[in-house]
Amino acid sequence: MPSIVKPKVAHPSLVRNELGLTIRDYEGSMSTLCAGCGHDSITAAITRALFELSTPPHMLAKLSGIGCSSKTPTYFVGGAHGFNSAHGRMPAIATGASAANRTLTYLGVSGDGDSLSIGLGHLCHAIRRNLNMLYIIENNGVYGLTKGQFSAASDVGSRSKKGESNKMTPIDPVQLALSLGATFVARSFSGDKAQLVPILKAGLAHRGFAIVDVISPCVTFNDHEGSTKSYKSTRGRYNVATESDFVPHASEIVAEIGGVGQTNVTMHDGSVLRFTRLPENYDVTNRQAALDYLKAHQGEVVTGVLFADESVPEMHEMNNTPAVPLGSLPFEKLCPGSAELAKLMEDFR
Amino acid sequence: MNPSDVGNPGYFHKVVDCQWACPAHTNVPEYIRLIAQGRFTDAYMLNRQSNVFPAILGRTCDRPCEPACRRGRLPSPTNGNEIENPVAICRLKRVAADHKGDVSARLPKAPEKKNGRRVACIGAGPSSLTVANDLMPHGYSVTIFEKYDKPGGLMRTNIPSFRLPEQVLTDETDAILNMGVDIRYNSPVTSLRAVMDEGFDAIFVGSGAPRGKDLELPGRHDVAADSPGGIHIGIDWLGSLAFGHIDSIGEKVLIIGVGNTAMDCCRSSRRLGGKDVKVMARRPRAFFKASPWELEDAEEEGIEIVINHAPKRFVIEDGKLTGMEFDRLEWDADAKKSTVLDTVIIPCDDVILAIGQDNAFPWIERDLGIEFDKWGMPAVNQTTFESTRPGVFFGGDAAWGPKNIIWAVEHGHQAAISIDNHCQSIPVTQRPEWGMNLISQKMGISEWSYHNDYNPAHRQKMKHVDLVQRFEDLHVEVELGFSAEQTAREVQRCLNCDIETVFVAPKCIECDACIDICPLSCLTIAKDGPEEEIRKQLSAPAINPDQALFASLPLPQTGRLMMKDEDLCVHCGLCAERCPTAAWDMQKFQLLISYAGTPAPHTTCVAA
Repeated sequence: MPSIVKPKVAHPSLVRNELGLTIRDYEGSMSTLCAGCGHDSITAAITRALFELSTPPHMLAKLSGIGCSSKTPTYFVGGAHGFNSAHGRMPAIATGASAANRTLTYLGVSGDGDSLSIGLGHLCHAIRRNLNMLYIIENNGVYGLTKGQFSAASDVGSRSKKGESNKMTPIDPVQLALSLGATFVARSFSGDKAQLVPILKAGLAHRGFAIVDVISPCVTFNDHEGSTKSYKSTRGRYNVATESDFVPHASEIVAEIGGVGQTNVTMHDGSVLRFTRLPENYDVTNRQAALDYLKAHQGEVVTGVLFADESVPEMHEMNNTPAVPLGSLPFEKLCPGSAELAKLMEDFR
Repeated sequence: MNPSDVGNPGYFHKVVDCQWACPAHTNVPEYIRLIAQGRFTDAYMLNRQSNVFPAILGRTCDRPCEPACRRGRLPSPTNGNEIENPVAICRLKRVAADHKGDVSARLPKAPEKKNGRRVACIGAGPSSLTVANDLMPHGYSVTIFEKYDKPGGLMRTNIPSFRLPEQVLTDETDAILNMGVDIRYNSPVTSLRAVMDEGFDAIFVGSGAPRGKDLELPGRHDVAADSPGGIHIGIDWLGSLAFGHIDSIGEKVLIIGVGNTAMDCCRSSRRLGGKDVKVMARRPRAFFKASPWELEDAEEEGIEIVINHAPKRFVIEDGKLTGMEFDRLEWDADAKKSTVLDTVIIPCDDVILAIGQDNAFPWIERDLGIEFDKWGMPAVNQTTFESTRPGVFFGGDAAWGPKNIIWAVEHGHQAAISIDNHCQSIPVTQRPEWGMNLISQKMGISEWSYHNDYNPAHRQKMKHVDLVQRFEDLHVEVELGFSAEQTAREVQRCLNCDIETVFVAPKCIECDACIDICPLSCLTIAKDGPEEEIRKQLSAPAINPDQALFASLPLPQTGRLMMKDEDLCVHCGLCAERCPTAAWDMQKFQLLISYAGTPAPHTTCVAA
């Protein structure tokens, strides 16, 4: 842990967003993770994305489970709501929170252990519900907090720090999400913020469940020769499948949108995910195309927004819930009373 | 882009802005840390190495270090739209001097056995004294010719005792003279040839710029000799005051000119009985020569500073000065052109002229091989300080006109090197090289040997003696010096710019941790290319083109470059703390400066 808190003094050219806040206002406590942890870079990317989107800190809910990754919400947006749930249960807590108050922006941070081992079932159901949230998996392929055992994301043949080779097949969160019907699927790398920040912004703007698998090397237990999730290995097998910009609604320039040869996905808030480069014959709204591309590039770290579909209703739309938070509804509306209940029960007799 | 050459002592020297700006390259951050540790004597001795007169300069220095201070470029911790004030470097120097213990055992000593070389210095001001300070320990016999009966030069005659107590001055001049310097008081040199005829091996002219400029306007010479008031030349008047020849002045005094001498004249006038003292300036305030703090101190004492008034004539009635007539001016934006609005007469009893000073060398014969230019200034080599006659050197104000004490000291150091070379038959152009130490300050994980936290404290305000007490006696020192609490706060404002961020490219794994943590957005990993392309990629724009932009060797994984804009780095060490591979390290930079007769310094680098 650093010896001092990051000094509050900042560069004079620091810009302010629409709310008049600087990026420093989106920081949290000092990280207690190992120096050089990929998670800290993702924290920095989240900080930038939320700052650039001018998300009001008090309208953000940060949720996590257990693990190194799940410690990180403490390290960004100190002024937001936060919930550090039981191991793997973050999707369930997020579902409940969203049900109660749909007006907040939900951002979940999980890891490969939290999401793909103990919490796998919860993740699958959150995808099915198309819960409106950004779900980040900080994927280092190792149980860092318990000193370096293989996780469910470890590749076959990847070596532990002591030299042992992993034999079990990994769960790929991207393929899993695609197969379960996820509506926004992306992969990125903690060491590539130029790609990661626009993806996170698009994920936040997405209507429904946006899952971003971020390769995030563990410097302490998984950054050695023979690891497939090290900085070096990730860079060596890096495949940028798609390149995209996030064009916020406010700065939309009609003439630019829909230019020749460009593919755009218009998000529900009017912002645009503009793809500046896509593989030939690749349709980002075609689930099978994404799966085919992944299959064709097995062994590579395929990154970018791989699939996006804004047409599927999210949880509240499916359930036809009111537009306002449940807490703001009058009690009589929320609870029709014993007479109504008796009448309902009578119908079932 | 070419990688930065951090092996050259000049690279990190430039990062230490205060030390770079100081003509004598005083190791400011190190002495501030010594003060923070309560090691006042060590802090004093470190100062003395380079600036020779820490107690004097701690009160009077023109402090080129302070405008250069990095702290003065950072946004204020309480109001981001304002810029911070620099560290009070000068007044911390005084703290070291005020609280030092007995330094006598640590002062340089002259050896019993002399080397047989004799050097003459003309004038006992700061440059000559520095020459003596540097040469005496190496066995030289130094003779100083001084026209007054006390040493110090302009430090004694022009700086009033309420700013520089006489004892402080005497202590530091004695430290040099007591090495056995042959000082000849009351010995104005009237002929350089006569000095040469004494057979010195080298002669150093440190006679200052002793002639105050006059103002030839109507009425200048019409004041009757027995009139109580009159017209005075500033530096002569200050000299008369210093030697006790005058003890009063009229109630209404006008000072012409607005440099630091004018400030000393007006504040002295207040103490001698001046009640209505005005400083008359031709130009607007932004174009004043006086240091802002000296203006403030004068105004605090009730002195009025009148702008846009150009002197026109002295008003003399019956042989008595009764006032002065001025043109009231209106200036254009950059104060280049003026138009006269009207004229005014301001009544006064005395006028003090403080409009500059000149060198004067009527005592140097023009057939000695020493060339002078058309303004009567000697031709002096900028590096060696040698005149066109080998073995005759100039320094201080005598060389290129009025500067300030700290410049005179540096001239003395450089001239001493030249004199040493000259006497040892080494070409004077052969200057000794400088070295550096670069030593890791890592004590453990996230543990440094220095206090790395940024302290948001504001600059401490120097406390002054209250106004009534101040005017009771001419010699009451106005500044009280920092209290223990003020010192404790002020030392923590120093950003430790000498603790350098040293980067080793082959160790970097490009995890971005340093970039993410840097509070001032100094760092970027950029695609290699021409400098102007790289500048566009920086995390924050490099707004200060005078500051270095560090470029690493290509990084191992991607071939990109680690870039650092040195401009606003607060040397907090977080980049090194968050670096998993110790590619970044915090290493203390110590500039090893060569002086006359010292062995060549040996550069030492110790990584973590």
